[in-house]
Amino acid sequence: MIVRVVLPTHLRTLARVTSSVELEVSEPVTQKSVLDSLEAAYPMLRGTVRDPATKMRRPFIRFYVFDQDFSDEPLDSPLPAEVAAGKELFRIVGAMAGG
Amino acid sequence: MMGNVRVLAGTRKGAFILTSDERRQNWTVDGPHFAGWEIYHITGTSADPKRLYASQTSGWFGQVMQRSDDAGKTWEAVGNDFAYEGVVETHKWYDGTQHPWEFKRVWHLEPSRTDPDSIYAGVEDAALFHSADGGKSWQELSGLRGVKGSLWQPGAGGMCLHTIVMSPDNPDRMFVAISAAGAFRTEDGGKTWQPVNKGLHSGDELPDAEAEVGHCVHSITMHPSRPNTLFMQKHWDVMRTDDSGENWHEVSGNLPSDFGFPIAVHAHEPETIYVVPILSDSYHYPPDGKLRVYRSRTGGNEWEALTKGLPQKDCYVNVFRNAMAVDSLESCGIYFGTTGGQVYVSADSGDNWMPIVHDLPPVLSVEVQIIP
Repeated sequence: MIVRVVLPTHLRTLARVTSSVELEVSEPVTQKSVLDSLEAAYPMLRGTVRDPATKMRRPFIRFYVFDQDFSDEPLDSPLPAEVAAGKELFRIVGAMAGG
Repeated sequence: MMGNVRVLAGTRKGAFILTSDERRQNWTVDGPHFAGWEIYHITGTSADPKRLYASQTSGWFGQVMQRSDDAGKTWEAVGNDFAYEGVVETHKWYDGTQHPWEFKRVWHLEPSRTDPDSIYAGVEDAALFHSADGGKSWQELSGLRGVKGSLWQPGAGGMCLHTIVMSPDNPDRMFVAISAAGAFRTEDGGKTWQPVNKGLHSGDELPDAEAEVGHCVHSITMHPSRPNTLFMQKHWDVMRTDDSGENWHEVSGNLPSDFGFPIAVHAHEPETIYVVPILSDSYHYPPDGKLRVYRSRTGGNEWEALTKGLPQKDCYVNVFRNAMAVDSLESCGIYFGTTGGQVYVSADSGDNWMPIVHDLPPVLSVEVQIIP
């Protein structure tokens, strides 16, 4: 499956991409499988979205689909079919934080 | 010695590379590299003038390590997996309970002078890592945390290993300093360590003023011709040892304040040292609003203020521990960066100063290289 992922600005710079990235993701398409594919395709992003040891999302990173926050959904839960079909973006967002 | 000068400045919002000829009067500013990220340290190695390393960190995205093989024209993200070795131990937390070690960021990078692929990293929570493959992979030298690590407690700036000093005449000997833990020495390449804090007196910070560990060491430095003599800026007190840390004694002398962060030693005069006095730990700015570097030509105790070209009124910046460096040109250059975004240079051992840049983000680190 081809999944389209939007990265926050600083990670686009780090990955040297200018727009969304397209990833080959094996089924089922879940947060975990998308992030596994992202880190395989862009190794410089390892550790920037999730902790390299625990694989848990970094505290100020959020995941959005359909403008809905999926950040706290189980890592192995299937994402909406539209994401798996490449019709809807999986958005990785740097959370608003600070004063 | 002739050559071009390259100053590497790490800031809160990126890295900057400042270059000049040996006169050090006219500078070119290149950057920001890694714009928007905190660069705790950017440094190079005399083993390969084109090899640079940078510690790039973010509260959102964690730690990234960067390496350049063309003097900063291009960069490659290398390994950022700093996994503590073995079972994760605990250290003392702010409330006195035990708290597990958690990696936060790399504070300091110390490349080998002879092998460009060999580099040490000092990290928060305090530990020492080594890479033998140019930063691709990192292995902890975990013996350090075995030296009463359960008693180490973070200070206000975090429990960071911020200083690494390698002995020039003995590859197995190394010194490190950890905020609110103290100074430590290894004689076997990092396998085993011992605290070297005897003579430090921290009555304002510790219940036991002369405890074996717990002293808030801010930075230490060494002249390569005197590998058994080290100088230390402690939280309060400027100290020196002439027996590799076995015994320290205070050399604060006539300083207007002996609180500060960086300390540096002249490239050609092993008894000439530099500090930047800060009013106190409560204020973190210079006494009387005057930015003064103090120089001792006697290895401490007798200090003179260096003020020419530095602001002498209404100045309330700080100078962080990694933000001072010296070059090796015949007329020794001294450099420091401030929290106000200035990087200053003196091309004559501190007698006269000028700003290289006025308005960078707060400066976290300054290093200098002479490029043949």
